Amino acid sequence: MKPFLSSRVSVVLPAAALLLYPLILSGPFYLDIGVTFLLAAISASAWNIVGGYAGQVSVGHSMFFGIGAYMPLLVYTLWGWPPIAGIPIAIVLAIGLAVIVGMPTFRLTGHYFSMATIAVAELIRIFVGTWDLVGAAIGLQGPARARGWWDLTFRSEIPYYYIFLAVLGIVLLTTAMIERRRFGFYLRAIKASERAARSLGVPVRQTKLQALALSAAFTAVAGSLYVIKTGFIDPDSAFGILISVQMLIIAALGGAGTLFGPLVGALILIPLQTATNSLFGGGGSGLTYILYGGIIVFIARFEPGGLFELWQRVAPRLRKRLHAA
Amino acid sequence: MVAVQVVVGGLLLGAIYALFSSGLTLIWGMMNFINFAHGEFVMLGMYVALLVVLWLHGGPPVFIAAAALSLFVLGIGIYLSLIRHVIRGPMLAQILSTFGLALLLRYTAFFIFSANFVSLPQTTLGGTIKLGGIFLPVAQLVAGAVAIVLTVSLHLLLTRTTIGSRLLAVAEDRAAAMLMGIKPDRMQALAWGLSAGAAGIAGALLATAYPWSPSVGETFGLVAFVVVALGGFGSVLGSLYAGLIIGLIQAVSAYWLGPIYKDIVVYGLFVALLWLRPQGLMGKV
Repeated sequence: MKPFLSSRVSVVLPAAALLLYPLILSGPFYLDIGVTFLLAAISASAWNIVGGYAGQVSVGHSMFFGIGAYMPLLVYTLWGWPPIAGIPIAIVLAIGLAVIVGMPTFRLTGHYFSMATIAVAELIRIFVGTWDLVGAAIGLQGPARARGWWDLTFRSEIPYYYIFLAVLGIVLLTTAMIERRRFGFYLRAIKASERAARSLGVPVRQTKLQALALSAAFTAVAGSLYVIKTGFIDPDSAFGILISVQMLIIAALGGAGTLFGPLVGALILIPLQTATNSLFGGGGSGLTYILYGGIIVFIARFEPGGLFELWQRVAPRLRKRLHAA
Repeated sequence: MVAVQVVVGGLLLGAIYALFSSGLTLIWGMMNFINFAHGEFVMLGMYVALLVVLWLHGGPPVFIAAAALSLFVLGIGIYLSLIRHVIRGPMLAQILSTFGLALLLRYTAFFIFSANFVSLPQTTLGGTIKLGGIFLPVAQLVAGAVAIVLTVSLHLLLTRTTIGSRLLAVAEDRAAAMLMGIKPDRMQALAWGLSAGAAGIAGALLATAYPWSPSVGETFGLVAFVVVALGGFGSVLGSLYAGLIIGLIQAVSAYWLGPIYKDIVVYGLFVALLWLRPQGLMGKV
C-alpha cells in the first residue's frame, strides 16, 4: 500500500495553507495569531538546528534573539538609520557571541553548555537593563511613522505576515539542505554519541560551533523581525528566560531534530497560549507558564521525541487498521 | 569598620550558598545530572518556613526541620516519579525534565503567593549583637553558622559513614555497587532527598534573615551553578569554599560598585571560569 500521504503532498499542502491563510481568515485577530505563529516557528526552527539536530540543548537562546531585537532600534536611535540596517550587524554580533559561548563549553559535556547559555543570557539581560546607551530598563523605541517603505512600518499586518513567511521558508530550506548534506549527518552522529562520532573522524567541536553560529544568526533575524513589527523593545522581552523557554518548548513539543517539528509545535502552542491568555486575562499569564512547565515535564517523561515521533509510531498502526477496514 | 561589616555579611550569606550548592553538586557527582530546579527547592523551603510560622507559630527549630523534611520527601518523590525515568533517556529529556519542573514550581508559587516580597515576622530571630566593633543581625549570624555546620556534616556523611560509602560507590560504578548488594535506585533516591533537603534547610535559614519573592529561585539556581562551577562538580567541600568566596565577592561588589552589579560580577565570573578553569578549584573533569 502507498504511504498515507506522499512526501510531496505533505510539503505542498501546508505551504499552500500558509500562503492562503491571510486571504481566508483576514480579521485582525487571526492575522495577529498568524504573525505570532510564524515568528514562533522561525525562532524554534532556528533553535532546532543546534538544540534538536546537534542535541546541544541551549536554554539561553534569548541572548541571540535579544541582540537581533536591539540592533535595529539601536541604529535608529543613535544614527537615525532605518531599523532594517541593524539586522546584518545583529547577525555578526550573534555569531561572535555564539563563538564566545561555544568555544569553551563545547569542550565539555552537554550540561555545561546548557548552564553556560542560561547564565550568559541572564548576564546580558541584567547588563542591558543598567546600560543607558541602550535605554537601560526602559528599552528602545522605533520610528513612530514610516519615513519611507524602507522603515518597514506598516499599518496592516499582511506585509509582516508575508515577510515572516518568506524568512520561515529560508530557515526551513536551509535546514532541509543541512539534513541531506554531510554536515547534517555529522550533527546527528554527534547527537547520538559524541565519542563514537569523534572516533569516526567527525570534527566534533568545529561542527557544534558551526551549528550554534548558524542557529544564532537565524535567531537574531527572528529577534529583528519581532522588533520591526512591534516597534519597541525592553530587556525582559528581548533577553528574558521565557523567550528561550518558548523556543525550547515549541521545538520539543513538535519534535526536536525534525524539519517540521517546530512548525507543529507552534501550531499547537500559539493558539493554546492565545486561548489561555484571553481566558485568564493578562494578569493570569502566570497560568500560561504553569502550563508550559507541565507540558515540558510531560514531554520529557513520556515523549522525548515529541509529537513527530509519536505520530511515526502510531501512524503505521492506524494505516493497518484503515487497510483492514 | 564598614569594610569588615561588608565582608562578614558576605561570608554569612555565602555559608548558605554553600549549603544549597552542596545539594546540587551531590546530584552532579552521583549521576552526572544538572538539576535546573534546585533554586526552586530553596524557594519552596522559604515558603514552607513562612507557612509553618503563620499557621503553627513554630519557632526556628520547628520551621527549619519542617522545611528539611518536606523538601526531603519532595526530592525523593521527584526522583521516583520523574528523574528515574529520564536519566537513561536522551540529553534533551534530562535537561527538559528539571527545566520544566523549575517553571512549574516557580509559576505555581507566583500563582499561590503572588509576586510580592514577603518576610518572616520580626519576632522569630530578632535583634542585633555587637561583635568586635561591628553590628550583626542575630538571624544572619545563626543562619550562617548553622549552614556551615550542616555543609560540613554533609561532607562527613559522605566521606565517613557507611551510607556515604554506599552513595559514593553508586556514583563510582553502578554495576559494581549492585554486585556488592547496594541498591542503586535507593541510593539515588536518597541522594535526591538529601539534595532537596539541603536546599530546603538553606531556604528556611535564608527566610529568617532576608525578604524574598517567588522569583528568588531563579537567582539562587544560577548562584548554585556558579558555586558548583567554582568549587568543582561533585565536591561538597569545594562548594563550601566556593560558596563563601561567591558570597564575599557579591557583598564586596554590591558595596563598591552598586547593588545591581553584584549579579553581573558573579555571572561574569562564571563565564570566565568556563573559559579558564572548567574543572573548578577542587574538581576534575
